[in-house]
Amino acid sequence: MQDFIEFFSFTDANIRYVTLGSVLLAASSAVVGCFTLLRKRALVGDAVAHSVLPGVCLAFMLSGTKNPFILLIGAFVTGWLSLLVIDYITSRSRVKEDTAIGLVLSVFFGIGILMLTAIQQTGNAAQSGLDKFLFGSAASLIGEDLIAFGVVAVLLLVAVVVFYKELTLLCFDQAYARTIGFPVRGLELLLTTLTVFAVVVGIQAVGVVLMAAMLITPAAAARFWTENLKVMLVLAALIGAFSGIAGAFVSYTAPSMPTGPWIVLIVSMIAILSFALAPGRGWVARIMRQRRNKTRILEENLLKLLYQLGELRQDYGSARSLEELLERRNIPKKEALTGLRKLRRQGYLQKVESRWLLTPEGEKRGRRVVRLHRLWELYLTQYLNLASDHVHEDAETIEHIITPELEQRLIEELNYPDLDPHSARIP
Amino acid sequence: MILQVENPVVEVHDLTVSYDRKPVLWGIDLTLPAGALVGVIGPNGAGKSTLIKAMMNLLPVSSGYVRIFDQPLKQVYSRISYVPQRESVDWDFPASVFDVVLMGRYGQLGLFKRPRKADKDAAMEALEKVGMQSYANRQISQLSGGQQQRVFLARALAQNADVYFMDEPFAGVDIATETAIIQLLRLMRDQGKTVIVVHHDLQSASEYFDWVVLLNMRLVASGPTDQVLNQELLEQTYGGKLTLLSKVGDLLRKQEFPAREKS
Repeated sequence: MQDFIEFFSFTDANIRYVTLGSVLLAASSAVVGCFTLLRKRALVGDAVAHSVLPGVCLAFMLSGTKNPFILLIGAFVTGWLSLLVIDYITSRSRVKEDTAIGLVLSVFFGIGILMLTAIQQTGNAAQSGLDKFLFGSAASLIGEDLIAFGVVAVLLLVAVVVFYKELTLLCFDQAYARTIGFPVRGLELLLTTLTVFAVVVGIQAVGVVLMAAMLITPAAAARFWTENLKVMLVLAALIGAFSGIAGAFVSYTAPSMPTGPWIVLIVSMIAILSFALAPGRGWVARIMRQRRNKTRILEENLLKLLYQLGELRQDYGSARSLEELLERRNIPKKEALTGLRKLRRQGYLQKVESRWLLTPEGEKRGRRVVRLHRLWELYLTQYLNLASDHVHEDAETIEHIITPELEQRLIEELNYPDLDPHSARIP
Repeated sequence: MILQVENPVVEVHDLTVSYDRKPVLWGIDLTLPAGALVGVIGPNGAGKSTLIKAMMNLLPVSSGYVRIFDQPLKQVYSRISYVPQRESVDWDFPASVFDVVLMGRYGQLGLFKRPRKADKDAAMEALEKVGMQSYANRQISQLSGGQQQRVFLARALAQNADVYFMDEPFAGVDIATETAIIQLLRLMRDQGKTVIVVHHDLQSASEYFDWVVLLNMRLVASGPTDQVLNQELLEQTYGGKLTLLSKVGDLLRKQEFPAREKS
């Protein structure tokens, strides 16, 4: 708790820098990741992430320093090279893209690990901390590192804003983009470059092994919540930023703990929650929809029962007891009571000495359900040639979902009928 | 019956297109007149879409060239418009109907520039022409096949081009949409636009088009509809594949031979 207050009061300048850095990195790679995801190149991000490791090591071996700019250049070069190799293999051989990605990823990463081990064995004092690039360490994001990575992150965000229109079209319909004269090759190159940069800036905080998750997961989570690309970009950035802060906090309170796995766990948790809770697309929303349908069916069945009783006795004006209702239809007593009480609250029923009476509105709704039921039975016998003793079950469901427009069409197509197949009057 | 025209809108010269070295179109020589509603017709696998895509420079060609308004494609981007096959894009993209139609203005806008108010007016007008104005804010993932096709058409209309290349605009749409589209295409033709349509239904072809291109891996015929749609030419187009031609094509692929000796 003490750590928590200390961290989030941001009194320590270092904490401020580390947090700012993590937020920038995570947000910028999440925004670029949206386009990578929409272009269906998610796996490519993973390949790039693994392929920057040999570049970082090579840059260190050649320069002998951990100057972030030099390491960035090294990372950029091999990240880019890996994409070129993937493209080359795919276009010049029968090897498919997924295979090429798998090959390149493992070869580049293997070489990277080899180099890293070699560097560590030289005993060069400057090399300590280079292994942080594997799983990330947000707490080391200070000073020169912060400036270097921060500048690139801001540039990424600016590029996405400037090229928003072009990138969107590239992801949605590449062939069309070409026919209106857009430099598609150049735009592809741009998106690839942005992807490589997004990976490169993230490796300090998250590490090469898990960087792909930082690129793709916020975008995938954001997609659940919205159908608008601009909103999706902002949401992905926010999700990225949140996990960035969380990662920085973990890294600050437990310096020996690698940051990457923590950030990835948090962002994955958000993705899973999005999957469950998002409106419309989410899992809970679907269950709610099913429940709503169920109560609606129950309520309409009760109104229908009361209406049918009125029809039977030629008397809509008297109240009926619960027993009378359940005699005609097998509804669990408790469920029926809940439904009746709810209908009373909604103004469709009145309670008269523990008996139930339809209000004018309730009668109207009950009549409509009965009408739809009989119309549908008639439709099935006339247009689908079903036997009249087979249509009842079907109409039991359909009576609840027919819209007023469809009702009108149904009446017209059946030529304003009076009687249903069982010779009951259609009200 | 291959009729060549003076001052063609589209000129295709000795065009050969291959997939994986196997030629699917052999030496097409074709000219199309201005202000015509042109149907490109042939059996499945005849290379109809390939021809349109090659004209749009979307595929590498093994030989030949395409000129539009007597210029290479690069110079006339602003005067042409392409309607790809509906299935060529992922409709589960986070965009609204209006967003997609607005893309029709991107060509005129050029890079970097944001769509202006005038572009939005033009997009809305295009949506009205296809009868989809009330769907402007609808998500494209919620559209039916016919509605998707109308949206693509509206995007092309928003371009205000002179020549339209449409890849199977009638595939898998309902009757109402088909009627609406053909009326719109006729209107465009009457305004002097040239509309080139890949079409798979022979029945409606004679009614829809005033110029027909019959295709089956090679050009069988090109000319006014009443002169082209006859028993003999249709038999040549649909009467079985040219097995020898596709055998030679297979051979080119297996031996990794170029379709043309490079000079």
